[in-house]
Amino acid sequence: MNEERRRFIKFVGLGAAGVGIGLLGFSNLSKLLTSAAALGPNDLKMRKWGMVIDLGKCTGCGACTEACQAAHFIPFNQEWIKIYELHDNPLAPSYHFPRPCMHCEDPPCRNVCPVGATFRRDDGVVLIDHRICIGCRYCMVACPYSARYFNWGDPPHTPEELAHDYSPEEPWPHQRGVVEKCDFCVTHGEKGMLPACVIGCPSGAVYYGDLAEDAVSNGKEILRVSEVMRVRQGYRFKEELGTHPRVYYLPRG
Amino acid sequence: MSDEEMERIVFRPLVYSGRGFYALVVLLSGLTLLGVYAYITQLSQGLIVTGMNDEVIWGIYITNFVFFIGISHAGTLISAILRLTKAEWRRPITRMAEAITVFALIVGGSMILIDMGRPDRIQNVIFFGRMQSAILWDFLSIATYLTGSFIYLYLPLIPDLARLRDKLKNVSRFKMWIYRKFSLNWKDTPEQKRRLELGIGIMAVLIVPIAVSVHTVVSWIFGMTTRAGWHSTIFGPYFVVGAIFSGIASVIIAMAILRKAYGLEKFLKPKHFKYLGLMLLTLNIAYLYFTLSEYLTTGYSGPEAEALLLEQIFGGSYATYFWIFAVFGIIIPAFILAIPKTRTIGGIVVASVMVNLGMWIKRFIITVPSLAVPQVGLEWGMYSPTWVEWAITLGAFSAFSLLFLLFSKFFPLISIWEVKEAPATSDEVSE
Ligand code: SF4
Ligand code: SF4
Repeated sequence: MNEERRRFIKFVGLGAAGVGIGLLGFSNLSKLLTSAAALGPNDLKMRKWGMVIDLGKCTGCGACTEACQAAHFIPFNQEWIKIYELHDNPLAPSYHFPRPCMHCEDPPCRNVCPVGATFRRDDGVVLIDHRICIGCRYCMVACPYSARYFNWGDPPHTPEELAHDYSPEEPWPHQRGVVEKCDFCVTHGEKGMLPACVIGCPSGAVYYGDLAEDAVSNGKEILRVSEVMRVRQGYRFKEELGTHPRVYYLPRG
Repeated sequence: MSDEEMERIVFRPLVYSGRGFYALVVLLSGLTLLGVYAYITQLSQGLIVTGMNDEVIWGIYITNFVFFIGISHAGTLISAILRLTKAEWRRPITRMAEAITVFALIVGGSMILIDMGRPDRIQNVIFFGRMQSAILWDFLSIATYLTGSFIYLYLPLIPDLARLRDKLKNVSRFKMWIYRKFSLNWKDTPEQKRRLELGIGIMAVLIVPIAVSVHTVVSWIFGMTTRAGWHSTIFGPYFVVGAIFSGIASVIIAMAILRKAYGLEKFLKPKHFKYLGLMLLTLNIAYLYFTLSEYLTTGYSGPEAEALLLEQIFGGSYATYFWIFAVFGIIIPAFILAIPKTRTIGGIVVASVMVNLGMWIKRFIITVPSLAVPQVGLEWGMYSPTWVEWAITLGAFSAFSLLFLLFSKFFPLISIWEVKEAPATSDEVSE
């Protein structure tokens, strides 16, 4: 289904490009520009970064959100991981639901981006190149998880943030007029560190790791993903949309 | 009507401008400048000066975009389709319709630029453009349509420009230069005529599918997402019908104003209003039909988010807008147009104004509530446009009117040679 849809979109794209002015050739430029290329495609292809969130452990304290905001130098109105209160049906109690970017395998945000500013690395991490983004916000409209935020005005700066070298993997200094979202702390993973939200969660509800290795960790314990998904009957949010998220949830109880 | 009389009436706005004209130019320029000022404010502070936010991501800029692209369909339908079907009564009104298309496209297209967070990077659409994105489809089809309608406006102008070149005296050097330069040495030879007719014929055939594609891909920008109220297969034709609907209404309004202002009663007869009014009625009913089938299908068995959305539209925070659209934009105009007693010029014009107001509101109801529906959790998004957005909107409408007004001072609003060539059997234009 996933492959098919992508092929369909490609097909439509190619057809239109043939009729049009052959702009498709340019689409690879944006890929070249990203520093992801520097890592070598093979290293990336072996990785499959993913997340498991244990809803039974989440207390809704919001420490993950704060840790994320501090680590990425973003203002409080941007919650790259946001705690929602969900209520599935009248008889079930409500529960806390942390929502990061799902790093979809078939991400609608990437599909609709007119300039390829949103792209998906070979390890599955969906990132934004803020040097290319034109601020049309179509990706925000397309994301079914409301995981994206826009810099409507000038973002607040700190000296530390301004001194940093920009890359899509560590996207600061922030700038006005572009879209931002969770970057899966992708440089942490490469250094063997856990993402800010995982470290920040006092209850150990957020696990992160390489799904290709079938292992995720919250810093205290390591879970075998396939095992825990089977035992706890884990699920992905809005599975029916066909976005194939890389974030898995373990229900309460 | 004799040739002399016809020329006297049609040429008059080109050689004579009264006080009213200058007053109007000052007023419209002022309002346009207000919009420019608002845009400069937005450029210097960012889109934070608008009411848009991370939930309601698009607002009245996109509403205006859909609206103006919608009325740009006026030119195509009236002119190309009527030309292709050899409807003789079209002759005096095609020029106005075609001009509306060009100006509405210019203003509508700039709405996208105004909505962008980084307009300084517009060239990325060319350098990094991805054909997989519906926005690229829009860029291509609108650019094609603008080029096409420009040519389509220009071709029938050539013989008239030549006539102005030969007959007009006491006009400014600049005007004369335009007439001389752009009449391309037109001498009214049979060979020139044949080629011109061929060119116009080809353009008329080409422009119809291009126009249909334009509003279809505009609707697909919405339709390609998974948002409640947007992910619909009938959106393409629904938008096209809506576009033609408001396009005809715009032509009627423009005709009525220019008829009064320039004394064109001898060309624009009650008959023209009546025919266009009946076309408007047909489109009105078609739009009602599409609206019904869209809402009924999703409302009857759609997913929860669709039901919540419809609840808000019919009885919640957007109900006032929706019912204004339904009653004043659809139902009352339908009666005015259907009852012979109210189907007078005045009645038709009133109905057209109501239709256009209603259709602007409808575009607002399409754009905003779907974004306000919560995708996760229960909290609805909120949106109220700021003065910057209203000022830019007002500026856009003023700029559109100003462009049209200036056009009317440089080029004849009635295609003289086409009116003259109307077959003698049809008394509709040259009684
Ligand atoms: S969750 Fe949204 S932003 Fe993240 S990859 Fe999926 S569609 Fe894109
Ligand atoms: S806002 Fe930026 S990242 Fe999002 S679709 Fe537009 S250009 Fe792409």
